[in-house]
Amino acid sequence: MEHDAIISFQNVSKHFGKVKAVDHASFDIQRGEFFSLLGPSGCGKTTLLRMVAGFEMPSSGEIFLDGQPMSVSPPNRRPVNMVFQNYAIFPHLDVRGNIAFGMRKSGLSKGDLNKRIDEVLELIKLPGYGSRGADELSGGQRQRVALARALIKQPKVLLLDEPLGALDKKLREQMQIELRQLQQQLGITFLFVTHDQEEALTLSDRIAVMSEGQVLEIAAPSQLYESPSSRFVADFIGTMNFFEGTVTAITANNMTIATQVLGEVRTTCEESFPLGAEVWVAIRPEKFRPEFTSPARDIDSIEGRMGPSAYLGDRSHFYVHIANRDDPVLVALQNLEGSVHQLSRPDQPVWLRWSEDAVVVLAKD
Amino acid sequence: MNNAVTPSGIRLELRKLFLKSEPVRGYTLLSPTLLAMILGLAMPLVVLFTLSFWLQEYLDFIRTFSLANYVEFFQKPIYVKLLLKSIRISGMVTIATVLLAYPMAYFIAFRVKSNKLIWLILITVPFWTSYLLRVFAWKIMLGYNGVINSGLKSLGFLTEPLAFLLYNPTSVVITLAHAWAAFAILPIYVSLEKIDRSLLEAGRDLGENAWMTFLRVTLPLSLPGVIAASLLVFIPTVGDYVTPSLVGGPRGIMIGNIIQSMFGQSQNWPMGAAISVMLMFTVAAMIGLFLWGTHSYRKRVA
Repeated sequence: MEHDAIISFQNVSKHFGKVKAVDHASFDIQRGEFFSLLGPSGCGKTTLLRMVAGFEMPSSGEIFLDGQPMSVSPPNRRPVNMVFQNYAIFPHLDVRGNIAFGMRKSGLSKGDLNKRIDEVLELIKLPGYGSRGADELSGGQRQRVALARALIKQPKVLLLDEPLGALDKKLREQMQIELRQLQQQLGITFLFVTHDQEEALTLSDRIAVMSEGQVLEIAAPSQLYESPSSRFVADFIGTMNFFEGTVTAITANNMTIATQVLGEVRTTCEESFPLGAEVWVAIRPEKFRPEFTSPARDIDSIEGRMGPSAYLGDRSHFYVHIANRDDPVLVALQNLEGSVHQLSRPDQPVWLRWSEDAVVVLAKD
Repeated sequence: MNNAVTPSGIRLELRKLFLKSEPVRGYTLLSPTLLAMILGLAMPLVVLFTLSFWLQEYLDFIRTFSLANYVEFFQKPIYVKLLLKSIRISGMVTIATVLLAYPMAYFIAFRVKSNKLIWLILITVPFWTSYLLRVFAWKIMLGYNGVINSGLKSLGFLTEPLAFLLYNPTSVVITLAHAWAAFAILPIYVSLEKIDRSLLEAGRDLGENAWMTFLRVTLPLSLPGVIAASLLVFIPTVGDYVTPSLVGGPRGIMIGNIIQSMFGQSQNWPMGAAISVMLMFTVAAMIGLFLWGTHSYRKRVA
């Protein structure tokens, strides 16, 4: 990745009265990146986005856009454009009027502008929709118009504020693919705000996970999912089973952790912890392999009893009761043979196995 | 089939009709108002219209159809002149009122964060006194020895009172604009309040400064309120006769004063009716023109 920051947050904080919406955010977004701000509602991600757009001013710190400090620029002087959560399509203008809105000072002749609009309509797959009124558009179409209206300005960064939240699941998945293609085709930096972790994983080059105004971790989706750096991130992205433990042995590329529930857990985890450190052992539901006969070795496996299960179509969730643990362990299985869930008879004994590299070790804070 | 003819059958059919038909239920709901409107509005209009084709002879009406009143309306220059003057004054009142009301409505809609209701109630405070009192209040304000003149005199800005403050069209405009302000603020406020705030942000985001965003987004979207306000002010003021007769003086006389005198001292009801009908048609035509104009403005603003 080239080290060429298009947006640079430097110690950016934003207070609303006593509430710290954003707390000392410092990070860079690279040119051409699809960057997501992910977090639960109220975590400050939208505030951060609105500060880039210029609708909010940082209480302290500075945002640099392509090297330029932004604290003195009003929204209309910033080389960024936004796709609003509710799309904010002008109801008194038709599709063409909406898309042309920001082009008043473009210097294009009427003919050239119309050609540009037709191109953009083509790009968002709404050719021939130019004369439609705002109230004649479906949710998905409004979203595309909002996108077109911003993209025709050729912004340095496109800001997207939960743009897919109002769409139904099928349409949302389709728009995700189209957004990603559009971004790669145009090479524009996308700054995307979402609370939907799956969406963030699907779309992003990198994700910043936020909580209570703070940026907890910035990483690529696979790294965020496979080796999260904190319990919050591990819990927020996907689902995770946590077990308490203590580091008992460390070798060059191995660590052994004693847990009350799983017994001795060995891991290839690269994080280094001192001997005797209190840690969380975390294992994703799909990393467990359930077996119904006792394994040959009792290492890297645990015996339990089948609890309730849930059939989710492509996969099934099983809850497995394990001794010394109140909450059942969640196990996810792909429904490869159509009827995995039939295996689950309540109280049936089951052995859960895992591999060493599936184990994530997290500091206990 | 046949049981529909019995009384209970008819009742049943009516009931079915009532439940099935949206228009029937709608008109039933409307009927008390509709009745009042017909009795209170349509019937007097019919009477007025009929009256305008009659003639007055001393205390009696000549009840034969005649266009003489309308001929007189166009032959004597005073009527058309007064009509045009009334429209001009009312137009100025409308513009002044909307210009005064818009910032107020904008302030309440966009700047007041809490207790909007209190602001809205405060706007109605002038209405807690009678219309007549408010007109007299302006007379006291603008008069030769009124508040403004004596105030400026005692401050040493004037040696002689300003004579142009009262008894002219301007004083009529000032008084009417104040009297009708609330009627303009409320509809404009409602239309501004309805505007999605993210539309204004979108305007800024797409490169327009605050003023251009106002012109290209806020103003067109609040136009329904401005139109409603304009009509609410223009229609009643064009026929007003109280304010012009109290603060207008001879130069501030409007068509309403003539109509009043026709039905009063002059004892010529048919002529008064004819002037009223002409006023009505002119106002209707102007409103049609106004609505057409704003409609095409909204189309063009894109």
